[in-house]
Amino acid sequence: MNKLRPDLQIIADNVRPNARVLDIGCGDGALMAALRDQKQVDARGLEIDPTNVASAVSKGLSVVQGDADTDLSAYPDVSFDYAILSQTLQTTHRPDQIVDELLRIGKQAFVSFPNFAHWRVRMSLLIGGRMPVTRLLPQTWYDTPNIHHVTIDDFRALVRDGELKQEGQWFLSGDKQTGRGLANLLAEHAVFLLRR
Amino acid sequence: MSEDTRFGLDKKVRLLGPLPLDSGGELAPVDLAYETYGDLNADASNAVLICHALTMDQYVASKHPLTGKGGWWTDMVGPGKPVDTNRHFVICANVIGSCMGSSGPATINPATEKPWGMDFPVLTIADMVRAQALLLDHLGIERLHAVIGGSMGGMQAINWTTLYPDRVKSAVIVASAARHSAQNIAFHEVGRQAIMADPRWRGGSYYADDDPPSSGLAVARMAAHITYLSEAGLTEKFGRRLQDRDSKTFGFDADFQVESYLRHQGISFVDRFDANSYLYITRAMDYFDLAEAHGGTLANAFKGSKTRFCLISFDTDWLYPTSESRTIVHALNAAGAAASFVELSSAFGHDSFLLANPEMNRIVDGFLKAGESL
Repeated sequence: MNKLRPDLQIIADNVRPNARVLDIGCGDGALMAALRDQKQVDARGLEIDPTNVASAVSKGLSVVQGDADTDLSAYPDVSFDYAILSQTLQTTHRPDQIVDELLRIGKQAFVSFPNFAHWRVRMSLLIGGRMPVTRLLPQTWYDTPNIHHVTIDDFRALVRDGELKQEGQWFLSGDKQTGRGLANLLAEHAVFLLRR
Repeated sequence: MSEDTRFGLDKKVRLLGPLPLDSGGELAPVDLAYETYGDLNADASNAVLICHALTMDQYVASKHPLTGKGGWWTDMVGPGKPVDTNRHFVICANVIGSCMGSSGPATINPATEKPWGMDFPVLTIADMVRAQALLLDHLGIERLHAVIGGSMGGMQAINWTTLYPDRVKSAVIVASAARHSAQNIAFHEVGRQAIMADPRWRGGSYYADDDPPSSGLAVARMAAHITYLSEAGLTEKFGRRLQDRDSKTFGFDADFQVESYLRHQGISFVDRFDANSYLYITRAMDYFDLAEAHGGTLANAFKGSKTRFCLISFDTDWLYPTSESRTIVHALNAAGAAASFVELSSAFGHDSFLLANPEMNRIVDGFLKAGESL
């Protein structure tokens, strides 16, 4: 069994067995396969890249090629226990509307994203005066798919303003979990579990 | 199993029916020409039905008796292929209405003991599927491991899942659609008018003196063939290159390679296909609208479906473009069905589904194998 990306491992650990899951931006289906094999989850995926879709389907997963910005409306209300959006929020045109869609389709939603307020990012901008290129944000400003950079505090504000319930939060520095204290400064990555 | 006379190449069976038809009538008896490949396992759980496209036939993986060419989908069906004849029991039947041995306008009407011609009942895709279900009953197959088809074959495959949801475990639908668009109908009408405008068509009664409307059918094929290719594919293959000459002739001979190619496609088609069958099958495709039978909402067609679906489209296919597959996928998602879908890249337009495509094979192979462990 290949090791999951750390944010995906957190999600995998916290999904209930036998749940119905929609993984939006599922990549080659690594999380879906783990959930299916370890937790008997009925997983469905949405993925924009055709090569990734082909890899996922050839693993026997139910994945459709599509775009989170345009293809979520086809899914009925509350048709999944969890909607998962991992490292995709910052690439969508309207992240706020996407979060609304997640919580329309799923009873709960996992959202993971790279934290744009991590100290290394801040230093890059402050000292270097250049848009940051880091391990989690490896692309330059002109070819990055990340069009809505978000920080942990930004996301918390979105949750608060949307009157959403936050039922879990996890933070990562490197591949290790880190504490809540000063997360907006010290965490490279965040995972939130939300409910309406 | 191999001694069973129902199984093997070039089989033909006359089933009593009657087969009730969407038009209100019925067909009896029902002749079905088909082939099977591989061995049916003890619990008859490894059957894969291949549904063919408009002008294809049951010779999916064996030599065509008229053209001498190999099977039309040997990249997909055969030993070690995604539809693996070492592992699957493969069935492919000529659709009713066609002309390779199944009941159609060229076969004998038992009431008159003459060829049906235009007295043959107008068919639908669902009628073709119901006839295939009769064949499966005859072969002793209750449930299909998979039904697979491209183009019109995909229409049959998807209609299988709504007419007989309990008989289909998995469905693979390639380069297809849940309904015929106005543009699809329009192109077919051009083909039909070309046939019916041929003075030798004579209301479809041309069998007795073996003088069929070949010119009309050839033109129909030429027009249709353009829709199977992409502009980029035609440009790459022919461009504006001239055919066996250095300059334009200032006449109406086939100056351009693309003209020569199309003429060849038309002329060779008439040797293997019946003009009336072309009318009947294109009509069946035009009548196809899966949502119509379900209150106008496609998702209703798949409510409660336990079938696994795999859809594939091609980016240069403008006959059944990706948007048509996506419409089906959205309906499957809305119905909560287990659906996979991918748009593959290929230069060859609609015909891409018939050509070797490693990515398509990888997807179908993985999809079918995953279904075997369920």
